[in-house]
Amino acid sequence: MAYFLQQFVNGLTLGAVYGLIAIGYTMVYGIIGMINFAHGEIYMIGAFIAMIAFAVLGVAGVASVPMALIVVLLLAIVFTAAYGWTVERLAYRPLRGSFRLAPLISAIGMSIFLQNYVQLLQGARVKAMGPLFRGGFVLMEDEGFRVTLSYLQLFIIVLTVALMAGFTLLIQRTALGRAQRACEQDQKMAALCGINVDRTISLTFVLGAGLAAVAGLMSTLYYGVIDFFIGFLVGLKAFTAAVLGGIGSLPGAMLGGVLIGLIEAFWAAYFDAAYKDVAAFSILILVLIFRPTGLLGRPQVEKV
Amino acid sequence: MSAAPLLLSVRAVEAFYGPVRALGGVSLDVFEGEIVTLIGANGAGKSTLLMTICGNPAAAAGTILFDGADITAEATHRIVRRGIAQSPEGRRIFPHMTVIENLLIGTTAAATDGVEDDLARVFDLFPVLKERTHQRGGTLSGGEQQMLAIARALMGRPRLLLLDEPSLGLAPIVVRRIFGVIGELNRAQGMTIFLVEQNAYHALALAHRGYVLANGEIVMQGTGAGLLADERIRAAYLEGGIA
Ligand SMILES: Nc1ncnc2c1ncn2[C@@H]1O[C@H](COP(=O)(O)OP(=O)(O)O)[C@@H](O)[C@H]1O
Ligand SMILES: [Mg+2]
Repeated sequence: MAYFLQQFVNGLTLGAVYGLIAIGYTMVYGIIGMINFAHGEIYMIGAFIAMIAFAVLGVAGVASVPMALIVVLLLAIVFTAAYGWTVERLAYRPLRGSFRLAPLISAIGMSIFLQNYVQLLQGARVKAMGPLFRGGFVLMEDEGFRVTLSYLQLFIIVLTVALMAGFTLLIQRTALGRAQRACEQDQKMAALCGINVDRTISLTFVLGAGLAAVAGLMSTLYYGVIDFFIGFLVGLKAFTAAVLGGIGSLPGAMLGGVLIGLIEAFWAAYFDAAYKDVAAFSILILVLIFRPTGLLGRPQVEKV
Repeated sequence: MSAAPLLLSVRAVEAFYGPVRALGGVSLDVFEGEIVTLIGANGAGKSTLLMTICGNPAAAAGTILFDGADITAEATHRIVRRGIAQSPEGRRIFPHMTVIENLLIGTTAAATDGVEDDLARVFDLFPVLKERTHQRGGTLSGGEQQMLAIARALMGRPRLLLLDEPSLGLAPIVVRRIFGVIGELNRAQGMTIFLVEQNAYHALALAHRGYVLANGEIVMQGTGAGLLADERIRAAYLEGGIA
């Protein structure tokens, strides 16, 4: 029981990171119907910006952890969002109205480009950082096994819940969110209502990248090591999460993220940890075969 | 009527879908305070003209002036923000949004204050929408969707209202209600309306002036009453069509 609970806590933490990234996949798919394969790299760039920002703050002698966290969070969001915006402008917008595979191919190209770009700028070696948080709560103790929720895990879960709640409110309640949903449902009509569709699409990329930046910061803290290739696997898992939840669905992405995180943690705990990635991708294949609309997705409405 | 200022001026406008020419040099005028109707058979290019006025597809040749400004090459959302609202062919209600959300989307083109008053006004015109405030657009009946499409257009406080076949597929009683509202908007609020219809009898009876479009070209024009009395119009567009 204690072991199970511990895996649950670990899985939830992982799931938070996947869920935040999955939102970017699902929102972009919702509005322009393409899978942004460069989104994993956006997350990777977020992780790098976070690590660099921590290093700079360290050199500058900022000792207060909450202070450093807030500054790094803001820097990571702003700079990563700028990358998200630029990728859309350079690689996808010029291809709008082109044949369906064109932006997809462009996205794969962007993904490779961004990996190489970071490798050139930052080197191929793994970058490491010492832990920022230590300690945690002991949730229960059972036959000598301690279930702990580290302060870092708590931070990740609480921040994710807050961001997801805030993001849901933004989409459901504000004019900006309405414009976003209008573009998802009927871009031509949205424009006829006075909505600047191109700007709304840009904003979707910016918001998705901002959330991926937070996920990047979280993995930097959680794993302590990053390299230019981390976006590939994590991106693929977050994409799986988005498909599992129902691509295009915002609550689906969140739910899918948590489920993939839990599946991965439990698989690693009870089966062979070496095959935990296989578990996640088997889910992707099964969902695509048996329930392509995912858990919370609605059947595809024909886009006119 | 023609002493009023010119609000919309379409001059020799052409529009294409790929290689297919849908409009072959259309010219027409709409003066402030008028109801002008455009009638024509299915496929004549009526919807294309309304969409081209809104920049999608953009005119390939010719000019479109709105209130004196050249809007021929402007982006759709900019044209709309100048004060041209459209209730398009097929209504295009946002199906997964509630009635109130659909109406609020319509305010994008207008100033942000006075939304409550605007809502009160459209609920006054279409009381049924008030009862359906939190219902999803996709679950409304055809007539309700048409009313919502017009109400959504009005929420942008347009100076020119474009209506594309608002009577299509609706029961006669609903058609009368909608045409009643169109007339009322024009009389009570002085709203300028450009009305596209296949239901030529109702449209010509309501309109001050009318144009007839065939194969992407204007083939006739005149006052509503004059066109209604014209033998050729009666033969081509009205036979058996008096609903
Ligand atoms: N999206 C489109 N793509 C290609 N051709 C179109 C499209 N929409 C309309 N057309 C063609 O343009 C012509 C005019 O259509 P339309 O403007 O819809 O006529 P109307 O509204 O008078 O029925 C028709 O021949 C129609 O087939
Ligand atoms: Mg039409």
